[in-house]
Amino acid sequence: MGEVPRIPVMELRAIKRAYSLGPTKQIEILHGIDLMLHKGEFLALMGPSGSGKSTLLNIIGLLDRPTSGTVLIGGQDTSELGDAGITRLRGHAIGFVFQEHHLISAFTALENVMMPMMVDKGFSSAAIEARALALLAQVGLAHVAGHRAMAMSGGEQQRVSIARALAMAPALVLADEPTGNLDSHSAENVFDLMRQVNKDSGTSFLIVTHNLDLAKRCDRIIDVADGRLVLAV
Amino acid sequence: MNPWLPFEIIAAVRFLRDGRMQTMFIILGITIGVAVIVFMSALLAGLQANFLSRVLTSSAQIELLPPDQVARPLRGAGEEATIQRPAQRILSIDQWQTVRQRMLAMPGIIMAAPTMAGSALAVRGDASRAVSLTGVEPESYYRIIRLPDYIVAGHPTLASDEIIIGTELARDLGASLGDKLNIQAATGNRAVLRISGLFDMGSKGANERNAFVSLRTAQSLQGRAGAVTAIELKVTDIYAAEVLARQIAAANPVRAESWIATNAQFFTAVNAQKSSNTIIRLFVGLSVAFGIAAVLVVSVIQRSKDIGILRAMGASRGQILRIFLIQGALLGLVGAMVGGAVGVGGLAWYHRVMRQADGGELFPLVLDSGLFIVTLLLAPLTGLLAATAPALRAARMDPVEAIRG
Repeated sequence: MGEVPRIPVMELRAIKRAYSLGPTKQIEILHGIDLMLHKGEFLALMGPSGSGKSTLLNIIGLLDRPTSGTVLIGGQDTSELGDAGITRLRGHAIGFVFQEHHLISAFTALENVMMPMMVDKGFSSAAIEARALALLAQVGLAHVAGHRAMAMSGGEQQRVSIARALAMAPALVLADEPTGNLDSHSAENVFDLMRQVNKDSGTSFLIVTHNLDLAKRCDRIIDVADGRLVLAV
Repeated sequence: MNPWLPFEIIAAVRFLRDGRMQTMFIILGITIGVAVIVFMSALLAGLQANFLSRVLTSSAQIELLPPDQVARPLRGAGEEATIQRPAQRILSIDQWQTVRQRMLAMPGIIMAAPTMAGSALAVRGDASRAVSLTGVEPESYYRIIRLPDYIVAGHPTLASDEIIIGTELARDLGASLGDKLNIQAATGNRAVLRISGLFDMGSKGANERNAFVSLRTAQSLQGRAGAVTAIELKVTDIYAAEVLARQIAAANPVRAESWIATNAQFFTAVNAQKSSNTIIRLFVGLSVAFGIAAVLVVSVIQRSKDIGILRAMGASRGQILRIFLIQGALLGLVGAMVGGAVGVGGLAWYHRVMRQADGGELFPLVLDSGLFIVTLLLAPLTGLLAATAPALRAARMDPVEAIRG
């Protein structure tokens, strides 16, 4: 039997990102990064503060655009897309998990999970609600469906935000220090949950973390220093 | 979540509910603003309606009179002479039947009633009072001047030996319904007339000085058989009366005085009130708009992370824009509804408490449905316009910056 073909879900080609510091001066944060992430991969992105990992994550997440280079999501060159196209692609192909979980306080846990689907369809529906409930059950939180963010623990909120990130069944989930604000027990739970989802659904994960122990449990570790990939394990 | 509501409306309502205190205070502000506008507009309309009703039911909308007599010097121009204005005698309208028929045929005129007016002395025993005596044809005159509405005793019909007088005149003469009065005209003609009705026009002066008899009786008393001194007109559009009066005067040998010209001071006062009311409404509206804008600007800042998250989830700039525009419109709509109710409530209370000295109403309660419809449309529109700047700011937010807060 031959090797299973590896499908790229995200590819960076010679990504550079510079910010202007005035009319004539510019500072370059990323200096030509090449990276490919395949379907089902679970990748850790590490690096010291100010190394450019957040900038890189924003570019991969289509929240920011590179100064030069190409970002391909599911094989599609995003440099050809306008704001509406980028927004649509982001909503469909990428899920986000933030360090501070960022649930919208005006909505319940269930509604937060429904939100990406409602944004996409424009309306709520029974099917959307059923899927959101199933996702909450998948992260073990069906019982807090009607709770507001304020009424949940940090670990619970982060698990809800993982469920929300999976709502549109994206090919890639980007997690920016998802365990950074959690105690070790909750951090383990959240990490295990993401790993489980990765194994069960084949969703690719790219996790920014400072925790080397967790990073070691990933398929690959990418190290960023001074805007360059310096080590790939 | 209601499956029939678009995502933007659900989000807008939730954001307003989440910032409960902020939302409550701005709705209170809008409520006060709208209530003031509704109260003032309805009060002004009531006072105007009250005046119009009093004026238009007790005097003609256009009165046709004989032209003024002018002195014509017989000697040629250039000679030094002082020309005095002649004393104005009681004159009749030349060919008044023809003029009346012409008036009735004119578009915009509903009724034309001939009258004969002159002064007379009402005598009963030792008491006598000078009165303004008007001879009328009840069937046409009452369709212009609603004298029957003011009758407080007796009936408004007028036989040739009957007279209708005011309650004050009856009291001054010590007369009551059915009593006889000796009426002496300035010409020296006399008649003994029976009081068939007493009226109260709500004005002491009018009740003291006016008396109504049949047209033939008045003509006989004034010694001008078949003549009339005025033709009173009722028109379809009361506000076009002045224009119509000018047209009539230009085409007929009569003077035409509209109620607008004879009540010019009232119109000056109404226009001044309208201007001040408009200015007040404008500034109240601006305050409401700036209030909504201020609250939404703060809301955009407070919700920047939520906006960033929604953008990361795939919400378009248009969706974010609409969420905040809807918030502005909803604030305006709710404020307008509550404010309208408070305004009407305040007006009803004011109407009940503020009475005339005799206990009668100070002004009629005029609740124009048009005012409420306009308010219910304008307030959300104001909210929408006020929300534009904050909504654009929210829509233009860079998602990365927004998430970072």
